[in-house]
Amino acid sequence: MNESSYELRSGETHIEVHKFFPGAILVVCVLSLVFQAMAPVYFPKVAVIDLPLLVTIYFGLSRRNPSTGLLLGMIIGLAQDALSGPTVPLGFYGIAKTLIGYLASSIGARLDTEHPAARFALIYGFFVLHQAVLVLIRRLLLAQPEPWLNAHLAIAAGVNALLGTVLYLAFDRLRSS
Amino acid sequence: MVAIPSKHKSLALLGGVLLVQVLLLAVQIKRDSRGRLIRVWAITATSPFERSGAFGVGWVRGVWNHYFALRSTSRENEALRVENDALKLTISQLETKASEADRLAALLKFRQSHEQVPMLGARVIAASAGTASRTIEIDRGERDGIRRNMAVITPDGAVGKVIEVYRDAAQVLLLTDKDGGAGAMLVSSRVQGPVGGTGDPMMMMKYVATDEEVKTGEKVVTSGMDKIFPRDIPVGTVVEVKAGNPFKQIKVQPAAHLDRLETVIVLLTQTPVEFKSETPSSTQQSEASPPAATAKSEKP
Repeated sequence: MNESSYELRSGETHIEVHKFFPGAILVVCVLSLVFQAMAPVYFPKVAVIDLPLLVTIYFGLSRRNPSTGLLLGMIIGLAQDALSGPTVPLGFYGIAKTLIGYLASSIGARLDTEHPAARFALIYGFFVLHQAVLVLIRRLLLAQPEPWLNAHLAIAAGVNALLGTVLYLAFDRLRSS
Repeated sequence: MVAIPSKHKSLALLGGVLLVQVLLLAVQIKRDSRGRLIRVWAITATSPFERSGAFGVGWVRGVWNHYFALRSTSRENEALRVENDALKLTISQLETKASEADRLAALLKFRQSHEQVPMLGARVIAASAGTASRTIEIDRGERDGIRRNMAVITPDGAVGKVIEVYRDAAQVLLLTDKDGGAGAMLVSSRVQGPVGGTGDPMMMMKYVATDEEVKTGEKVVTSGMDKIFPRDIPVGTVVEVKAGNPFKQIKVQPAAHLDRLETVIVLLTQTPVEFKSETPSSTQQSEASPPAATAKSEKP
């Protein structure tokens, strides 16, 4: 990983592209996956949190490179699929997180996403979109009936947005510049 | 290779990555009724092209076979024609054998139903050489017990009588010969009269008075009065009745197929024998009226 930061020129806007300490992204990704796999065992209600998604969104917004963002999303998603057991086919989370990684990187390249309020809103929106993609896959590919929107989704999105907003402040410390 | 603009590279990459994962999903997902999703997609995607391809190939092959590759067609036609002729011949032979089997079965049945009457089956080996007479030659003769004036019949009806006997053959005078005939009677009215040939395929029933009622379609059977044919053997059917003075002119069609005889039965007795009639109408009539009650004349 590059350690320095540089400015991305997009039209009239100058947006800073952040770099992270070596191995930081890898460690965070692995830890998020481990947490996602282990935490619900001890704290079932924690299952509502999608830490790999929050990691994908954060690095997508920070790196601001759609290609990197989508590839990172794909890797995290496929890893989550692999850890989710045989009932979840490979690609289920992979597709959703690839899309989120791409969109987060694309939006991060155009908007300033450093403000906590913006991050909250973005995380909330991406979480809902992520769930929508999952529902779409379930309905179209797996032929499994799944409700589109419900109160649980709204609450889960809020919880994740809140947690993400706090967590991103900690992640910001991993930046090398 | 088509160069992708740099600003679209990430979009292309996204599309590629998503596609790969969708395919990955499709490989894993198995629908209960239609197998793996990737197969469903693959078949759905390729079947239109396959159908089109098959249609195209069939069309090209059809054009080629029907308009260009005709070199061997003529040869095949010739071979098929020869084969067809051979098959026709085989069919004809089989039909002949089948009809022969039917005839033999009928003879056997007739023989079994009249076991008390001594009879002998014979094969027709020749017919009269000219049109002046109506005779046949059978392959049984004196050595087989055949004698002159023995009755010759088929399961269908009376045929004629033996007029010449040789060592291993015999000549039979058919009922349709000008000199042939048999004592007969009408089944319904029991009116008797000799039936004789005229040299034509039809026979004439003679000496039936004008005042007797005779209808076309009426059956004629042997009366047994000629001492040659047993009683109640079918002789023929009345096909034409004309008024005459003093006798009717009654035309009778032979019951036996005298123009295509192949096997016959020779009754090996010169003494009168009684046959049980197999025709219901004649049986009814026999019960209804006494035999030979209205006999007028007989000319065997």
